[in-house]
Amino acid sequence: MGRVARNKQGVPPTFEEFQAQKEAKEKKRNQEKRKRSSEPDIDRNGNSKNNKYSKKGSSSSSGTKKHRKNVVQQQQNLDIEEDSADLPEVDLEALSAAKKSLFDESEDEEEEEEVGLEADEFQDDEFYDSDEENREKPMFSDDDEDNEEIERANAANMELLSKQLDDEQELEDQEAQDELLQTNIIQPRAKILPTEQEEEELAKQPQDLTVLRTRMIEITKVLENFKTLSEEGKSRTEYVDRLLKDICDYFGYSSLLAEKLFNLFTPSEAMEFFEANEIARPITIRTNTLKTRRRDLAQTLVNRGVNLQPIGNWTKVGLQIFDSQVPIGATPEYLAGHYILQAASSFLPVMALAPQENERILDMAAAPGGKTTYISALMKNTGCIFANDANKARTKSLIANIHRLGCTNTIVCNYDAREFPKVIGGFDRVLLDAPCSGTGVIAKDESVKVSRTEKDFIQIPHLQKQLLLSAIDSVDANSSTGGYIVYSTCSVAVDENEAVVDYALRKRPNVKLVDTGLIIGKEGFTSYRGKHFNSKLNLTRRYYPHTYNVDGFYVAKFKKIAPSPHDVSKAGANEKENAARKEALEEGIINGDFAEFDDQQDKDLIEKTIKRNLKKKGINPNSLNSKEKPKKESE
Amino acid sequence: MRPLTEEETKVVFEKLANYIGRNIAFLIDNKEDPHVFRLQKDRVYYVSERISKFATSVSRPNLMSLGICFGKFTKTGKFRLHITSLEYLSKYAKYKVWIKPNGEMPFLYGNHVLKAHIGKMSDDIPEHAGVVVLSMSDIPLGFGVSAKSTNEARNLQPNGIVAFRQGDIGEYLREEDTLFT
Repeated sequence: MGRVARNKQGVPPTFEEFQAQKEAKEKKRNQEKRKRSSEPDIDRNGNSKNNKYSKKGSSSSSGTKKHRKNVVQQQQNLDIEEDSADLPEVDLEALSAAKKSLFDESEDEEEEEEVGLEADEFQDDEFYDSDEENREKPMFSDDDEDNEEIERANAANMELLSKQLDDEQELEDQEAQDELLQTNIIQPRAKILPTEQEEEELAKQPQDLTVLRTRMIEITKVLENFKTLSEEGKSRTEYVDRLLKDICDYFGYSSLLAEKLFNLFTPSEAMEFFEANEIARPITIRTNTLKTRRRDLAQTLVNRGVNLQPIGNWTKVGLQIFDSQVPIGATPEYLAGHYILQAASSFLPVMALAPQENERILDMAAAPGGKTTYISALMKNTGCIFANDANKARTKSLIANIHRLGCTNTIVCNYDAREFPKVIGGFDRVLLDAPCSGTGVIAKDESVKVSRTEKDFIQIPHLQKQLLLSAIDSVDANSSTGGYIVYSTCSVAVDENEAVVDYALRKRPNVKLVDTGLIIGKEGFTSYRGKHFNSKLNLTRRYYPHTYNVDGFYVAKFKKIAPSPHDVSKAGANEKENAARKEALEEGIINGDFAEFDDQQDKDLIEKTIKRNLKKKGINPNSLNSKEKPKKESE
Repeated sequence: MRPLTEEETKVVFEKLANYIGRNIAFLIDNKEDPHVFRLQKDRVYYVSERISKFATSVSRPNLMSLGICFGKFTKTGKFRLHITSLEYLSKYAKYKVWIKPNGEMPFLYGNHVLKAHIGKMSDDIPEHAGVVVLSMSDIPLGFGVSAKSTNEARNLQPNGIVAFRQGDIGEYLREEDTLFT
């Protein structure tokens, strides 16, 4: 029906009219709610009945739809003609009553209305509030307009007809949804895991994603409440294995990574995590407080047709971009250095570092400069920042950003960060945003899902440990304002986070963990799968895409309380590497689980082989034993 | 990294004088936080003296940049200003040209400043003098050389060129590969 009617825009109601209408609706909604809550059981039954009805209705309606459409159109024409001849106005109450008599209940309708209103309110809230005159006016949602038209429509008859068609459509949708829901509701002790035969069959045909998905959801439910929901005779591991396999198939992870990530969470949270990794994080920008203020920037960007909003109450400089009519990385404001495109998560380590004015700070892995320029802005271009990056090609973007944002207090150098503090030490604060496996930014870089191997999870933490020790040694413990080290990664794996921090705490007893000062974030693990870390590790912070809608991230903050003998060592990267290797050997990072050599056993084996070889040639080894063998050996 | 020689200083200052004239004095005489010019490879950096002292601990091949890069010496010994110097140029500029919003994008794409895009300009710009180009909201966009004096420019056709572009902030995107190292 109603496409035609809907597209036609009536005269908007006066404010009083609108208000009254809204109130009436509210009242009705409340009544409806009360009714619903008082008889939920009947509700369900009614629903299923409804479905049946609608099925019939829809099948019949599809046949007659065309016909009805014509009728509607004719009536509309009539309606327009008769507009002058004031027909009695239809009021909403009467209409809904009529509807009710037609259908057992108009619950779906109401529900939709409710959603519409809610969305309306939400929209009001989420709008950025600093620039009132620029905001669009989402006063009437579509639903309200519809209702307006309903009011305007004079012929009650036509109204009913069109409504009916609409409702049928809705009921159809509802029915489809119900069907979906029903499959999700599992009875206790349901059989979820496929039997071996089924699995064989499944292996033959291509995977059905919806089946996979349903099964994953079901298994998660079972795992959440294993005692009551599990199938008898099946162990937890069977469920977990199946789920991991499904996750690998559905999301495309390598089994190693899927297991690693899955073990970090409860099953349902893990599912959320995997789902969140499929969705891109919102584009965020950071205001460059050296050149402008956030309010002014938001104003100018809104004028350029950018839809934005502050990220959250935890940052005063971040803005979140919803959509934009201009490329956000090429506006005149961007080129003038008023803001930088930066992930919300990478604000966090700098906020934890909390640089003070006139300090000397080292950023060990700086490119592309988002964090460095943020530090510079927080210090108001005083003091001195050493921005280091090991990759020469990447220093280009670092230098570009530093200049564009007008940071005058930086020195950019290109060292292997493990060479600090040989290059220069005695910093007030050091930021180490370590290179990592990137398991927190899978949404950004899908290749992580398959490219990471077991070897990476040994090598990368190894490098991180070396870097962290270098960072600690580069700090001046007697600094009056500082003496802090911040370690962060964009990974969620425990091997790269808690394990590294714990290692540093053991190797450098002159540092301690302190509170990061960040208001969001989950506590780091103090123990994980049988490994026990320092109890202070709960002061570190973890971030997940599904909880804060930022990239997966980890932040730890140390304070150096005393100088250590390592500080004065002028060891270069290589020497440090060797020293670290030695330490690692003691630590047992490199597993010494090779078999030991047993000389006697070897000798026996060698002799046996020689004898066998002789036999092959047709010589009796025993007869030659006395004279031939020594000769052979000499050869 | 080393201080500029006398010859080099002369070349750099001559160039700067085009844009900021006698205001060069502000660049060199800063009592509270003395600044210096430093040459690293072929580039000239303008940096606080304190920071330049810290930078001495970084070896020559590993030092990529310090402070703000003003420009570079060409192989023939001339000095070319880079867009990165704009922050200081705009701060001390003698002659300025403001362009209207509709002229911003054409300028940022590397075109010269046309008469039609001029919002306002300094009164006393002579011919072939260095000018700094700003948007109407006072955001520095680039710098160039005036093609006509202010008086002559008044009688120009709308599509006549008022200033020849020498640098604009669009270079941060266009020349990213060559501008920095």
